[in-house]
Amino acid sequence: MTAQALLGILLTATAVLGTVVALTRDPARQALVLSAYGLVLGVLMVALQAPDVALAQIAIGTAVVPLLVVLTVAKVERELSTRQEDPEDRRRHPSGPDRRVRR
Amino acid sequence: MSRRPASRVLSLVGGVGAFVLLLAAFVQLPDLGHVTHPYGTRAVQAALGRDTANVVSSVNFDQRAFDTMGEEFVLFAAAVSAILLLRRFHDEEEDAYELRVGHHDVWSAVNLAGFALLAPTIMVGFYVVAHGAVSPGGGFQGGALLATGLHLAYLAGDYRVLRRLRPVAVFDAAEAVGAAGFVLLGLSALLVGEPFLTNWLPTGSLGDLASAGTVELFNVAVGMEVASALILLLAKFLDQALVVRGGGGE
Repeated sequence: MTAQALLGILLTATAVLGTVVALTRDPARQALVLSAYGLVLGVLMVALQAPDVALAQIAIGTAVVPLLVVLTVAKVERELSTRQEDPEDRRRHPSGPDRRVRR
Repeated sequence: MSRRPASRVLSLVGGVGAFVLLLAAFVQLPDLGHVTHPYGTRAVQAALGRDTANVVSSVNFDQRAFDTMGEEFVLFAAAVSAILLLRRFHDEEEDAYELRVGHHDVWSAVNLAGFALLAPTIMVGFYVVAHGAVSPGGGFQGGALLATGLHLAYLAGDYRVLRRLRPVAVFDAAEAVGAAGFVLLGLSALLVGEPFLTNWLPTGSLGDLASAGTVELFNVAVGMEVASALILLLAKFLDQALVVRGGGGE
């Protein structure tokens, strides 16, 4: 019975977080929410006795995929900010991957 | 963010339809934990017959090794295409300034966590690959752990540290060796007169590290291929995000 309750909680959390991922509009935030969703999905897979799948899900779903999205967003924002600024000027305004570009 | 009414109606109909169909399918599923699956029973028997404690690995690398070969080359092709698309074009330049970015932009707690977790994560990655035939995990999971673990070096230091730890040429070769190793290992069965991908090595005793015959060797090949493919893929993305600038036409 407790196993059923645990599965119920995890399934509900997965559904809720999945909806949050779909409703998040900003890609950089979405990558972070996707990472949290992937972690919950991984825990659900452990609860369903599929540790292999959970391991792959946590490595790929919570680490690699969100990282690829964040890097892509950083690249796009940096290129946009470079084109708006004077090319000679850009060394004084480096936009690192962790800094949000203000427009 | 305004969508046309037609697409709203379509997505609503599609969503409700998929929901109803899934619900109808779920109602007919057997109860959780109270099922003797005909395929599951036979797969476990076949796995135990070849002293493979991890039945999932037995299915992936012995009973259904051909499917796994296909999957491995799906990953190989995907990684190679992404690497090809993200190569540096002649009108793009490398900006050395960005190599220093990273170290000062993160909390020192993040530096410390990255430093503390780097070696243990790599160790766990090797462990998971090596014990692929014995305990949960295997080449794919261990390879993914190795690839993600290595990138903790970026959190611990900066991009120059990661670049030094990750010579792209080495992983280029390792990816090819991993992918080719799987096929060559499959072909090795032909030398002893068995069909392609047959588990022909002595299987040892159940639960030992050196058990399950070729299953463990397939795990190592896949681990090498997956780790290298992910490292190369992330290397191209990191280069694009941190180092390469310009290009793309004005």
